[in-house]
Amino acid sequence: MKILVCISQVPDTSTKIILKDNDTAINSAGTTWVINPYDEWYALVRALELKETGVASDVHLVTVGKADVEPVIRKALALGGEEAVRIDADSNDPLQTAQYIAEYAKSGGYDLVLVGKESIDYNNGSTGVMIAELLDADFIGFATKVQVDGNTATVTREIEGGEETDTANLPVVIACQKGVAEARIPNMRGIMAARTKPLKVITPSAVLAVTEILSYELPPAKAGIKLVSADDMDALVELLHSEAKVL
Amino acid sequence: MSVLVLVEHTEGDIKKKSFEAVQYAAEIAKADGSGVAALVLGALSEDAISALGEYGAQKVLQVSDARLNDLHARAYTTAILTAAQKEGSKVIIMMHDVNGRAVAPRVAVKLNAGLVSGALSLPDKAKGFTIKKAVFSGKAFAYVNVTSDVKVITLMPNTFQLSKADGKATIEQLQVSFGPKDFGVTVKEVNKVKGEVLLAEAELVVSGGRGLKGPENWGLIEDLAKELGAATACSRPVADAHWRPHHEHVGQTGGTIRPNLYIAVGISGAIQHLAGVNGSKTIVVINKDPEAPFFKAGNYGVVGDALEILPRLTAAVKKFKETHK
Ligand SMILES: Cc1cc2nc3c(=O)[nH]c(=O)nc-3n(C[C@H](O)[C@H](O)[C@H](O)COP(=O)(O)OP(=O)(O)OC[C@H]3O[C@@H](n4cnc5c(N)ncnc54)[C@H](O)[C@@H]3O)c2cc1C
Ligand SMILES: Nc1ncnc2c1ncn2[C@@H]1O[C@H](COP(=O)(O)O)[C@@H](O)[C@H]1O
Repeated sequence: MKILVCISQVPDTSTKIILKDNDTAINSAGTTWVINPYDEWYALVRALELKETGVASDVHLVTVGKADVEPVIRKALALGGEEAVRIDADSNDPLQTAQYIAEYAKSGGYDLVLVGKESIDYNNGSTGVMIAELLDADFIGFATKVQVDGNTATVTREIEGGEETDTANLPVVIACQKGVAEARIPNMRGIMAARTKPLKVITPSAVLAVTEILSYELPPAKAGIKLVSADDMDALVELLHSEAKVL
Repeated sequence: MSVLVLVEHTEGDIKKKSFEAVQYAAEIAKADGSGVAALVLGALSEDAISALGEYGAQKVLQVSDARLNDLHARAYTTAILTAAQKEGSKVIIMMHDVNGRAVAPRVAVKLNAGLVSGALSLPDKAKGFTIKKAVFSGKAFAYVNVTSDVKVITLMPNTFQLSKADGKATIEQLQVSFGPKDFGVTVKEVNKVKGEVLLAEAELVVSGGRGLKGPENWGLIEDLAKELGAATACSRPVADAHWRPHHEHVGQTGGTIRPNLYIAVGISGAIQHLAGVNGSKTIVVINKDPEAPFFKAGNYGVVGDALEILPRLTAAVKKFKETHK
């Protein structure tokens, strides 16, 4: 069984967002770039576990990005996986990104495509579903447990107010979140090995983006907190009623 | 040419957030001079369906196939495509939730449509078809212009206030021919908590962190939640320690919620926690440490011991309810 793990590069969570060019772009000077946490901690690690337990034969990584994402891909390779592919394009339109990845996934004959629950930059959570549709495959999102047995994937996923366990036939796309695996940190051997692992660069067929980000905006600063005495909860309730109008 | 909306229902009733979706669609339709067609999948009584008219649906298309009572994303996609074709729909609306997030991207692929996930505004037609959404886990907003002919939108729950009006929708049965792969995913087992307010759509949320010391003190959180009719949530370490079930954990690695009121009790307010709750309209922070970072993100704060404050707050809410009946 061949697994493809989709890795996206995102700014570290603690990054302060600063706008530039009349609010049409994010100022990325000083940004620390990391592997999207869902992709790294859950999707990639689970893929590696499936390989270690003999369920999977290959684990390949794919990313859509320009050359500047390569250090982050090497970091992912330091955790494991035999090779990575960088699809040479810059996109923040999920349909365009999914079309690039699906084109590559089709050519590689993957049985299982693992993605993260969502990317923490654009928070769409849609790329994986789109890849599934493009591959004519099933998709299971919000996965907290992933097992594969022969041609069947068994996945526990979060639903509103609980969880359910589903089965689907391969090929399948699964979006991973907490529970799927335990985060790992790369060891020295992994870091050394990653230096020589193949990182192929491919040029995708041209597809048009169907969305564009025109501008950004920062949330308004909070006006400052109103403190209420711990002995006067009636006052708090009154504020919530007459001022905040939430009760 | 109608704006098409996917309606969700559970246990015989339409979900409140689907009324929000219908009302949102009605606003878009009004600007276009078109109408709203609401799509109901699965078995649902005419009585329950008729309420959709009050939020602006002129027409309801129903596919009364009981298999559709549960989410089958590919079957839902087929039904939506059938309805969209019949209605000539150029705008398709779903909610930004487990169902909408599994279905909308598929519909977008099929129609080569641009997708906006988690819309926070109506489309601005002066700028093409531009919609506001949160990015960078709530640290910024982006204005996304959809350039394709067909547009697909998932609307963030609890973004617009509902308002009812007179209105009646006609109900029509829709025939859909499903494909062999439409019911490919088989549900083996479901574990749902019953009778609690669902966190994802709750207007009021009481949330506890490590400051509550242990699971034995959660009765205090539950009492307050019950008195308010609120859902309960927690910080990540609380779920990690199994004091609370995983689905209650909010934040960057957990759920994202946007209630009208979020009461954070004994939670420090780490950036990863705030990422899941910073869309809340009003935030109350209860913490014994006046330097806790959460105080910078809150609207109202109480400095003190949560174990003493919670029963007082619950009593105050009770008293308030009795005098405001
Ligand atoms: C990549 C990453 C992702 C993460 N994702 C999430 C996430 O999704 N959600 C999340 O919540 N966290 C997440 N975290 C963890 C986050 O950084 C914090 O560690 C966590 O939110 C802290 O939880 P807490 O506030 O409950 O506990 P603590 O940080 O231990 O804070 C407890 C608070 O309770 C107060 N307190 C103590 N006793 C009392 C009392 N008697 N009365 C009142 N107050 C009291 C203390 O003053 C303190 O402020 C993530 C971390 C990382 C690195
Ligand atoms: N540029 C990209 N390259 C590779 N994978 C991506 C890219 N963008 C998104 N993904 C994958 O799709 C998942 C969901 O992303 P999104 O739809 O942007 O929230 C991510 O967790 C990744 O696994």
